[in-house]
This record gives sequence, C-alpha cells and structure tokens, in this order.
Amino acid sequence: MSEQNTSATKPLSEFIPEVPEHNGFHKVVLELGVANHPGVMSHICGLFARRAFNVEGILCMPVGTGSTSRIWLLVFEDQRLEKMIKQVEKLEDVLYVNKHAGEHPVFGRLDEFFQ
Amino acid sequence: MMQMTGADLIVKLLERQGIRTIAGVPGGAALPMYDALSKSEQIHHVLCRHEQGAGFIAQGMARVSGRPEVCLASSGPGATNLVTAIADAKLDSIPMIALTGQVPLSMIGTDAFQEVDTYGLTIPITKHNFLVRSAKDLLDVVPAAFRIAMSDRPGPVLIDVPKDVQNQMVSFEDYPDVVVPDAAPSFDIAAVEEAAKMIEAAERPVLYLGGGVIHSGAAHMAVTLAEQASLPTTMTLMALGAMPMDHPLSLGMLGMHGARYTNYVLEEADLLICVGARFDDRAIGKTAEFCPNAKIIHIDIDRSELHKVKDAHVAIAGDVGQVLSELLPRVKPQLRKRWLSHVESLKGRFPLAMPGVDNPRSPYGLIHAVANCLDDSAIITSDVGQHQMWVAQAYPFRRSRQWLNSGGLGTMGFGFPAAIGAALAAPDRTVVCFSGDGSLKMNIQEMATAAQENVNVKIILFNNQSLGLVHQQQSMFYGKRIMASRYERPTDFLKIAEGFGMRAVDLDPVPNPRATLAEALNTPGPCLIHATIDPNEFVYPMVPPGAANSEMIG
Repeated sequence: MSEQNTSATKPLSEFIPEVPEHNGFHKVVLELGVANHPGVMSHICGLFARRAFNVEGILCMPVGTGSTSRIWLLVFEDQRLEKMIKQVEKLEDVLYVNKHAGEHPVFGRLDEFFQ
Repeated sequence: MMQMTGADLIVKLLERQGIRTIAGVPGGAALPMYDALSKSEQIHHVLCRHEQGAGFIAQGMARVSGRPEVCLASSGPGATNLVTAIADAKLDSIPMIALTGQVPLSMIGTDAFQEVDTYGLTIPITKHNFLVRSAKDLLDVVPAAFRIAMSDRPGPVLIDVPKDVQNQMVSFEDYPDVVVPDAAPSFDIAAVEEAAKMIEAAERPVLYLGGGVIHSGAAHMAVTLAEQASLPTTMTLMALGAMPMDHPLSLGMLGMHGARYTNYVLEEADLLICVGARFDDRAIGKTAEFCPNAKIIHIDIDRSELHKVKDAHVAIAGDVGQVLSELLPRVKPQLRKRWLSHVESLKGRFPLAMPGVDNPRSPYGLIHAVANCLDDSAIITSDVGQHQMWVAQAYPFRRSRQWLNSGGLGTMGFGFPAAIGAALAAPDRTVVCFSGDGSLKMNIQEMATAAQENVNVKIILFNNQSLGLVHQQQSMFYGKRIMASRYERPTDFLKIAEGFGMRAVDLDPVPNPRATLAEALNTPGPCLIHATIDPNEFVYPMVPPGAANSEMIG
C-alpha cells in the first residue's frame, strides 16, 4: 500500500534531495474494529485509495472467535484525516474507529521485520 | 421447518418486503432467480431492453415511492450494464436493491464465461454490497440490504448471488422479520437551541433546501420554518418542489443556472440554514466565495457531510424532519420586512429571464405549455442537459417527489426509464419526461418496454440535433470551436417510436401546437411528442465552471 512518488513524475529527482511526501505531518495510528469477511479490506483500502490518501502501514488479524477483526492503519495526519475517519465510520462493516498517537507500539515492534 | 432453494428464498424475502414490481434482464447466471420469479403471484417482472434501463426503472419507482425498489441482472455484462444506474442512485441517495447473478462459487476467479468482479466493481458506487457465499446467508443478507438501503441517508445496495447459491437448498424455521428503517440518530438539542438563536439574531437569513428534505418527507416542515421566520428559501436541483415555486418566499434554484437574484440574495446573506443539502459545486460555485458573509447552520443525517465543503457554525447530524420538528417551536415568528423587501427588489431588478415563454415552439414556452395541460399530480422527469436546466428553472413544481432527475451523476439516459418506473409505481398519474435528442438516444430501446407495459409516459423531446450543453460550453468557453457536439445526420425519432410500438406526434408541422400537445398529454398510454428547438438557444444565466456564483453570464 505504501506508494511513494514515482520518479516518472519528477524527472530531475536524482538531482533533488528526496523530501518525504507528508513532510511536516504527524503520524497517527487508527484502530478499526470490523466484521470479518472477505471484502472488508477492499472496502477500507479502496476508501483511502480513491481519495489518494496514502496508508503507510496496515495490520489485520481476526479477534476472539473470528467473527470480527481488528485493523491497524498507520497514516499521516493531514487536514483530510478527520473527514476520512467520518467516511470510514460510515462503512457498514466498520464497528468502531479509535485514533491513537503515532507512537503507539503496534507498528514499532514490527520494525525488525522491515529491515 | 421450511425448505427451498436460495432463489426461491430470495423471491419470498422480496415479496415479504412488499416488492410488487422488479425490472430486469435475464441471463445464464440469473436463471434460477428467474425460475423462482415464474412462481411468484405477487411480483410483476418488467422485461427491460438493457440493464441500465432496468436500473433506472427501479430508481424511478423508488424516487416516487420513497422505498427501496429492485432491479435484477445476470453476471458479467448484465452487472456492468447496471453500474451507471447504481452509481446514479448513490450520488442522489436513492434506496435501491440491485440483484445480480454470478458464476458458481467454484468458478469465481477463473475468468469463467460472463464472470466479472461485480462485488469489487460496485464497492465505490454502493452504500454497501454483498457477495453471498451460502443460501443460508440470504436470510440475513436480503433483510440487511433493505435495512441499509432505506436507513439514515438512503442508497443503493447490491447483492451478488452465485448460481450454485441460487440452486442450493436451505432449511430454516421462520422467515426473518420484515425490516423497517433504523431509528435516525439522536442529536443535540442544545445545538438546535443555538440554531434557533442564530435564526432569531440574523438580519439577512436564507434557507437552503436539498434533496434530504424530500427523502425525509419534511417539505411541509421546511415551508413552515420559512414562513414562521420569514426566510427566503432556495432549493437545489434535488429539492425542487419542496417549496412551491410560486410561494412568495421561494427563490427557486440556486447555482450554475439559478436566477441572478437568487445568487445575489445568497451573496448578501448573513446566515445560511442548509437543510439536507451538501454544498455541491454546481450549487455553490467557487466554495470560498459562496455566501461570503454568512454564518452557517447545517442539518444533515449524514455526519460526514457536515464541515465537508464548508465549515458550519452549528452542525446537527440528524434526520432533517426530526430536527425541524424540534427547531420549529423554538423559532420566534418574525416579519423581517426590510430583508424581504430587499429580496423582492433584487427579484424585480434581476429576475429569471424567460424569453419566448409565450411561444410554445421555444424552450420556456414549450415547458409552460406542458405545465398548463397538467395539474400538480403529474410526475415530471428529465434527462440531462439544457432541457433539464430549462425545466428546473421554469416548471411550476409544487410538491415533493413531483420532480425526478439525475442530479449528482448527471446521467444522460436517466429520464425515460425513470419515467417508466414512475408510471409503474403510480399508474394513476400522468408522467412526463422532458428529454433531449442526445439523452433520449442513450436509453431509447426502453420505448419497447414502455409500449409493452403500456405506461402513461409522455416524452417531450427537445430536438436540437446537438449535445446542447456541450455545444453551449464550446460556444461560450472554447472559442466557438464546435467539436463533436452536433449530430450531422438527423434522426427520425417519430419513425423510431412507431417502430417500437409507441404513438408519436410532431409539434413542428401542426398549426396549433398547444392543442396537439393537450390532446397527446391527455390520451392515456406512451407517446413521443417531438419539437424542434434552435441549437443556438442557450441556458442563461450561467456561472462558468469553477467561477463564483456572482460571476454569472447572461
């Protein structure tokens, strides 16, 4: 899901220092409780993708008996985030959305798998 | 214990929800559902000539009845042909259930014959969608689809049913309960009180009504609010009819093709009370310059609409009817003589110009001539283009659900099948579809459906042998370089209608077009009424796309 700007749109990129896309924005962790069935990820990721809202990281596992899942999303808090959250909350399969600070440990512990 | 196939269960559940008419086109993957329909005594199936027609017929029924109606198609091209009608329902918040057949579960993902990822395709254009994996799931899915389609902000729901699931036997004790809409969300009474205070304190308030007022059945309350607090009232394209056009407080439609005075009144407003509208770009023009001096009260059942385009000073997430019923007793009656007389003077100086209104061979004149033959019980649909805007400006709409048109998606080809649907839902009414030659061709095959069903639908065809609104924009904004907006070869629409078994009359050669029109409108059954329109007739005023509403041309 992580989509950096491609060099095709920046032909001079090799001469210009790479600037992170969301420079200046804080990272935020979103916790979503969702119904567990095939298609839920499609609904949620599609919602972000068609608004060109980058998702930096995604984790999803079933919870308890498996009727629901929990999805963790790592995103940048740009000015559209509150509107995004309202759209996510509207999805029929989304049961709740909690917003956490970017320092939430859920993604931090995964660092070693991405070295 | 009951036992039946998934397909029979679907039909039974539709019957239990009160469905009496389904519009569809059969095909391989939908055949078990069609077989089940053959056994239904309650449901009349309307065989359409294209799945998009079926989608818009279901929409037409839903826009008139206010409850979910059903369209049915097969897999693959059947489903993709429905897509435009589903997207249209999403943008206009129309409750609709789209049922599609799908290849058997075991073949999904194998590029089987007529397989397409209907579920994936329809995620962004439905309120919710389902791919049913077992017949037993239908006991939950079908009622859930109805509940979702009609609760809160209505919308389309798609149910994709693989053929083997349709054939699978399912046993169950009882049918699920017939579903009704969920209770609307509760809202903050303190915000309602704050809104009432703002209305009382305002000197130049304007009420701005959207389609949500129609969906909520709250038009009479909106009119009462306007009268009680002396609020000049404008309506979006979707809300026309919520307040009668001839009401003294009505400002008509706002936005790109609104009257000059309407947009000027909004420019001067110090308070905008937005009820069930969503600050669409065609309505508000350049966002930053819309109602530049106004505080905003925004009432909408969809929380995500609040603060989406314009930040509201008071935002209330609730059913507009329920909110208005709390607001009304808190709003003090006011006369606002100064503001209303100023609005009246703007109206006098910058009225909607309707050149040719007395000539039935001109656009405004033809619309008025049609209106003069009808009463308020008639249902008016339109396609998309110049004719749509002329009708929106000039037709004397006087009630909710009198006016059906494709507002959000702006789909050419909407008007005629939607009119068929309206006539099926309200067989005792006359349904008039204003169309253009460009739009009509986009679902012209449904003339056969109209003739078959013998619906009381009259098409008023504004024929300028052009894609008129494209022609207009190229003339105004692209240096008069007319590209692909003129049809070089004329089409004989009268012969086409007659070929499909529909009556057709031509107003062009007759000496008294009013008399011919009246006779055609008052004769039951489907009829095409053809009128040639000058392609150089433009819709005015016009706000250039992207400009502020104060920058009207014409």
